Amino acid sequence: MIVVAVAIARLHNLFAVVMLTGIFSLLGAAAYVVLDAVDVAFTEAAVGAGISTVLMLGTLALTTSEERTAPRDRVILALVVVVLTGAVLVYGTLDMPFYGDPMAAIHQHVAPRYLGASGAEIGIPNVVTSILASYRGYDTLGETFVIFTAAAGVLAILGRARGPGTSKPTKAEREDAEV
Amino acid sequence: MNYKIVIRVVSKFLIPYMLLFALYVQWHGDFGPGGGFQAGVIFAAGFILYGIVFGVGNLRDVVPAWVTRTLLAGGVLLYAGVGVAGMLMGGSFLNYSVLAATPTGGQHLGILLVELGVGVTVAAAMITIFATFSSRER
Amino acid sequence: MAFPGLLNYWFVVILMMIGFFIVIAHGNLVKKIVGLNVFQISVFLFYITMGKVDGGSAPILAEGIEVYSNPLPHVLILTAIVVGVATTALGLALVVRINESYGTIEEDEIGAMEDDA
Repeated sequence: MIVVAVAIARLHNLFAVVMLTGIFSLLGAAAYVVLDAVDVAFTEAAVGAGISTVLMLGTLALTTSEERTAPRDRVILALVVVVLTGAVLVYGTLDMPFYGDPMAAIHQHVAPRYLGASGAEIGIPNVVTSILASYRGYDTLGETFVIFTAAAGVLAILGRARGPGTSKPTKAEREDAEV
Repeated sequence: MNYKIVIRVVSKFLIPYMLLFALYVQWHGDFGPGGGFQAGVIFAAGFILYGIVFGVGNLRDVVPAWVTRTLLAGGVLLYAGVGVAGMLMGGSFLNYSVLAATPTGGQHLGILLVELGVGVTVAAAMITIFATFSSRER
Repeated sequence: MAFPGLLNYWFVVILMMIGFFIVIAHGNLVKKIVGLNVFQISVFLFYITMGKVDGGSAPILAEGIEVYSNPLPHVLILTAIVVGVATTALGLALVVRINESYGTIEEDEIGAMEDDA
């Protein structure tokens, strides 16, 4: 994944970059399966590797597919900032619990209750679904509203008055619009 | 894209299965991996494939703009409506236990409806976004 | 137990920094959004690796399985992914509009045009 990410950072052809982003997402999905998050992997494979690639390609079709090279001093400055931030973050991870540690703080609070009681309280075996839709119903309602708002926003930004179901305007109409 | 006959035939063959799989994921989310978010995306992917291969004009003949817009709002309303229904039946907002005779039955019903709301919203949102993007001209 | 240790977090940090680098070092708006996506995926990985329990299995209740991974991060990230693609779409829509108004998606060129105006 790191190799792909470096390639994304280096390439200037945006078309290749978008394709690599799709591959990156797919690798991410594979990693989620290894880490037991099957629901998440499912979503990532469908969304990251599918829909967002299509949307980015759509954007490239509407704009341009070549990127200008960034000025050299800016790249060096960015590298310095990134390395410093990364060093701080790595220093921060030294306090984190080890990978897979069952005694980590995250596993002590509400998760045991969800795992232990949801079978009896909700009665469905997929704990992810029961948390998503029931225990955390408010959160999911909020997320649904966010998606709704995003779609409405895209419509507001790009969906300028063109009647429903009509395809491209005719050539004559476009010429009229240009005059 | 009229000359790409292989793509046209294969996608025609695949799209029904994609939609069927999306429905399976939607209703089977209680037992295995899956649920509204994934199902909505897969469902939308079926329509988006159709839109890519056969053109957005054809896609808009199948699902006109008013359908996706209505569904977009309808999914959110269904979700919130389940919450309000719980309130009216004596529980608190988004507490499904009161929806049916037994608490687990109510939770089952509530989760099913809520996931349906999520799925409908996600699918409609993705189709809307795709159609808006691709009906744009350079 | 000792082997992965903190390595997973460092892996996440590297990915996150690559995303951060793409966002600040490149002037192209589409590239910036790709960078944000890389950053986003690194955060997702961070959550999911935190939720992993040694010897645990996927959090779907079944007979004979005692140890499950923590389902809570999965729920959060599941919704975050879909919200992420929706907001990405919004960002891309803005990029398209900017391209229509300015004829370019390079940050410096847009800045130069603003200065001229």
